[in-house]
Amino acid sequence: MTAVTATTTKVRPAPRRKLSLGKVVAWTVMGAMVLITLLPFYWILRTALSSNTALAAHPGDLLPVDLTTGGFERALGLQSTKEAIAEGGSGGGLKFWRYLVNSVIVSTLITVFQILFSAMAAYAFARLRWRGRDKVFGLFLAGLMVPTIFTLLPNFVLIKELGLVDTLLGISLPTMFMTPFAVFFMRQFFMNVPREVEEAALLDGAGKIRIFFRVMLPMASSPVLTLGVLTYITSWNDYFWPLMVSYSDSSRVLTVALAIFRAQTPQTGYDWSGLMAATLIAALPMLVLFGFFARRIVSTISFTGIK
Amino acid sequence: MTVASSSPPSRLSPRDVEGTASKPKPGRKRERDGGGRGDGALAALFIAPAMLGFLVFLLWPTLRGIYLSFTRYNLLTPPEWVGLDNYTRMVNDPIFWDSMKVTVEYVFINIGLQTVSALAIAVLLQRLTQSAVLRGIVLTPYLMSNVVAGIVWLWMLDTQLGIGNEIIAGLGFDRIPFLADETWAIPTIALINVWRHVGYTALLLFAGLQAIPGDMYEAAKVDGASEWRMFWRITMPLLRPVLAVVLIMTVIGSFQVFDTVAVTTNGGPANATNVLQFYIYGSAFGRFQFGYASAMSVALLVVLSAITILQYRLTRAGQTDLG
Repeated sequence: MTAVTATTTKVRPAPRRKLSLGKVVAWTVMGAMVLITLLPFYWILRTALSSNTALAAHPGDLLPVDLTTGGFERALGLQSTKEAIAEGGSGGGLKFWRYLVNSVIVSTLITVFQILFSAMAAYAFARLRWRGRDKVFGLFLAGLMVPTIFTLLPNFVLIKELGLVDTLLGISLPTMFMTPFAVFFMRQFFMNVPREVEEAALLDGAGKIRIFFRVMLPMASSPVLTLGVLTYITSWNDYFWPLMVSYSDSSRVLTVALAIFRAQTPQTGYDWSGLMAATLIAALPMLVLFGFFARRIVSTISFTGIK
Repeated sequence: MTVASSSPPSRLSPRDVEGTASKPKPGRKRERDGGGRGDGALAALFIAPAMLGFLVFLLWPTLRGIYLSFTRYNLLTPPEWVGLDNYTRMVNDPIFWDSMKVTVEYVFINIGLQTVSALAIAVLLQRLTQSAVLRGIVLTPYLMSNVVAGIVWLWMLDTQLGIGNEIIAGLGFDRIPFLADETWAIPTIALINVWRHVGYTALLLFAGLQAIPGDMYEAAKVDGASEWRMFWRITMPLLRPVLAVVLIMTVIGSFQVFDTVAVTTNGGPANATNVLQFYIYGSAFGRFQFGYASAMSVALLVVLSAITILQYRLTRAGQTDLG
């Protein structure tokens, strides 16, 4: 099982040093894939820092052309309409700070509550004794099979009936309580915690609620973190559902705002510089978040294959 | 076969993958700690929030969606029962069949490209280097939203100013209107989504590869097997169950393509990218035909359920194969 234990990068068996043709080809393929993966990120930055007029004149230059922060200013609504139009923007106002805050609120609400409630349910499924437990769990699992699209229309009707259209709560509510996957994932973890841990705490006189919050949940910090970051990214990136529910600035999240920004095509053609700046603003928080937890998340996915 | 039999597989445990499959395993622990007296009240407390979410936002909408598909409903007046009208309309709606065709075309291109590249990345990661940094890099596009990915590639593939077409023109070829051309649009959208998702799929496959004992490769090497031969004789057979699950999951995911289309082509040109979800969305929110949109969602549900059933068969076949 050498491959499995090799969690770190330092796996280089000594005898395989010779540079065969096959290896050169393999590394070339790998290099090409990394390039294709990363090139768009660079291109966002390069375009965001260029001016629209210069972009049209030098479409292929590798460095930013006519370096300017105008794109960011337009995306953040710091330019006057006149300035914006002069630089190739649409002049349509967008409040990216507002959308950023909305995105943070929605993703945080969903992540915190979904994980807490899913973990609680998972604990009940894994560790508590009660009648009908396996049947209820089976029902939850069956929920995994319902494609999201299928529930979207009826859920929209429901959110409308609840009077929550165009609110942040309306966007968050459907996934705030649970997802079958989160329950399933946490249950897998709790099942594998040795019974002795719980029994020791019970002997110390702790109640089961206390055990859950003080012993089990802290023990689960690693899977909770991975699940949390992935949930955060998923809800941050969600577009279809927020598009349905939100109509105005008060509940608009970044993905929806970005699509609107893209649709406001000025007469002169797209405001690529402003669009790329806005794209960067929308994507950066997730890149930073991932930067912090990358190693742990990558290993969790690599070694458990969670989906 | 010499390679595979020289070191009998110590029964590749598909537990990791099984964990990802949506397969209920009834009664495994029932005797040990299910049922009976115990923590009933406490369990009810712990499960209440999740149960509320499950009933209100998953089970009830599912039933309601089926009900709405038998009605005419525009959100303003109460749903009016129309029996099978929506379904007869659907069967006779050429746009529906067109969008089904476009969706299937998208799924095939997307899955074909994605599976082959993800497999390549996973194998290279396993056989060439186990670098966590590389694995992290491969995952970065997954952090982008489909909206971001769509906009970035819209720009990179722009006919006049896109870097992609600059390179093509630089090489002396004609510029390609990737997203504005009826034949190119769907393959291009498929490619964009491959870019975004391939890393995640690769990591799932990589997880499957990690379960293959490393000494199998060592033994094969001693026997003088080439990397190519090892791939076909060890990697592929042992990865098959994992591959089947991952494949079906990604097929289900790609049937639900929407965001990228909405951002890049808006269904055009001339309905060439009017995928099913896009058509459903348009029917509901563009034309306020919620009943008809629900009927098409049911059709999609049926298709996806068929695929899920196929998933069970494939995985089971894969497991007995390994036995």
